[in-house]
Amino acid sequence: MGYEFDFSAVLTDQYIGWLLSGIRITLMLSAGAWLLSFAVGTALAVLRATNFKPAVWLVATFVEIHQNIPLLVQVLFWYFAMPEILPEAWRDWLNQNNSEFILAMIAIAMCHAAYISEALRSGLRAVPVTQYEAGRSFGFSYLQTMSYIVVPQALRLSIPPLVNHSLLLFKNTSIAMAIGVHELTYQTRQIDSDTFRTFEIFLVATILYILMSFVIMAAGNLAERRFGMGAR
Amino acid sequence: MWEIIQNNWTLLLVGQYPNGPLGGLVATLLLAMAGLALAFPVAITIAVARISPYRPIRLVAAGIVHVVRGMPFLMVLFWSYFALPVLIGRPLSGFWTLVGALVLYESAYLAEVIRAGIQALPKGQEEAARSLGFGYFRTLFLVILPQALYNSLPALIGQFVSLIKETSLGYVISVNEFTYAAGQLNSQLLVQPVEVFSILAITYFIVCFTLTQSARWLEQRIARSRQGGPGGRAAQTLPNPLATEPMP
Repeated sequence: MGYEFDFSAVLTDQYIGWLLSGIRITLMLSAGAWLLSFAVGTALAVLRATNFKPAVWLVATFVEIHQNIPLLVQVLFWYFAMPEILPEAWRDWLNQNNSEFILAMIAIAMCHAAYISEALRSGLRAVPVTQYEAGRSFGFSYLQTMSYIVVPQALRLSIPPLVNHSLLLFKNTSIAMAIGVHELTYQTRQIDSDTFRTFEIFLVATILYILMSFVIMAAGNLAERRFGMGAR
Repeated sequence: MWEIIQNNWTLLLVGQYPNGPLGGLVATLLLAMAGLALAFPVAITIAVARISPYRPIRLVAAGIVHVVRGMPFLMVLFWSYFALPVLIGRPLSGFWTLVGALVLYESAYLAEVIRAGIQALPKGQEEAARSLGFGYFRTLFLVILPQALYNSLPALIGQFVSLIKETSLGYVISVNEFTYAAGQLNSQLLVQPVEVFSILAITYFIVCFTLTQSARWLEQRIARSRQGGPGGRAAQTLPNPLATEPMP
């Protein structure tokens, strides 16, 4: 291959600025979607654990829908179709407030909330039922038993799958480029079409993604050692 | 919605075929099948290397798996888009670019599924084969892999669903597949995004849900057959951290 690598062409101040802003958006998108998906995912898991038939059915439907449709299609649906369904006031608000970013964040969060609720559900099932009974016989209400006794243990049991899904959520934020969110993959393409230094810039971006993924994997290992049920 | 399907079902099903490139849902399924078929031998190689008796081989295989797991599928897709034509010295069609990306990405994930299947087998299987005088490769191909692959069949179907979902990213590099066809249709009709993207989502759902349900059914069947096997061994569920990967 007669290709000569020239990293100086892509690592100028201007392009480093583009890359940094891409990283910033990627991290913001990941953090926002992560928080939202954990909140929704936990709520779904608890709702399903009530064993109240309509609630169980509703959660199961939510999970199946989000697990069996490609994330890109969900993102496109939120971006193209949802604004048509939403009330006009919401639409105007979205258009004034960076609608691509918000809609991509919601789409990614909802999809991963389904997976997180499933991971938590298997964690909840692994908590011995006597824990629940003990909580109730101490006079805790259902919600108190769940939030002080059962869910904390279930969370610790589910650390490995939760870390796995956090990593996937981070990687999947790259899909937001399809609707024009200026995250890392989007900026990489921009620099590529500006400089035609395809291999250099994609190599830089790939290494950045891998480094950030390794940080997440390492944080996951640390969490598993510190809080996992095997710890102590 | 019904009217849109009636007027455009050929575009959504096969794209411009036979007057142009194959596209639509049929292309999506072909892409996923080609990706799975080609990724399979690579994945078996990586899986076997991951549990090889030789440390350097184990390390290399683990390195490959970790690096691929650290990359978003879109990045792999762009590498396939830019680098594969340079590597093989001639231009590639969108179809084969996407297949190349699927093979690169899925081999790592499939390898972990297969490795979990191998490691869930009782150690006695390997020991029995070796003590009957089978060599390493005969043990692997005649004793270990047939059982491991059969037991991980449900997880493999799950991985096929992931592949189907990943092909949708061909939309980003304009590969003629189902999502791209729907995108074309959406820009043609312009004012009916809710209908178009609902058709897209519902169709994906029907295809993927049918497959995941059959995987669940198969899983129960296999668990039952393992339970009733000689010695009344208790059904083991495969320790499979990567089987339910949510993919794009």
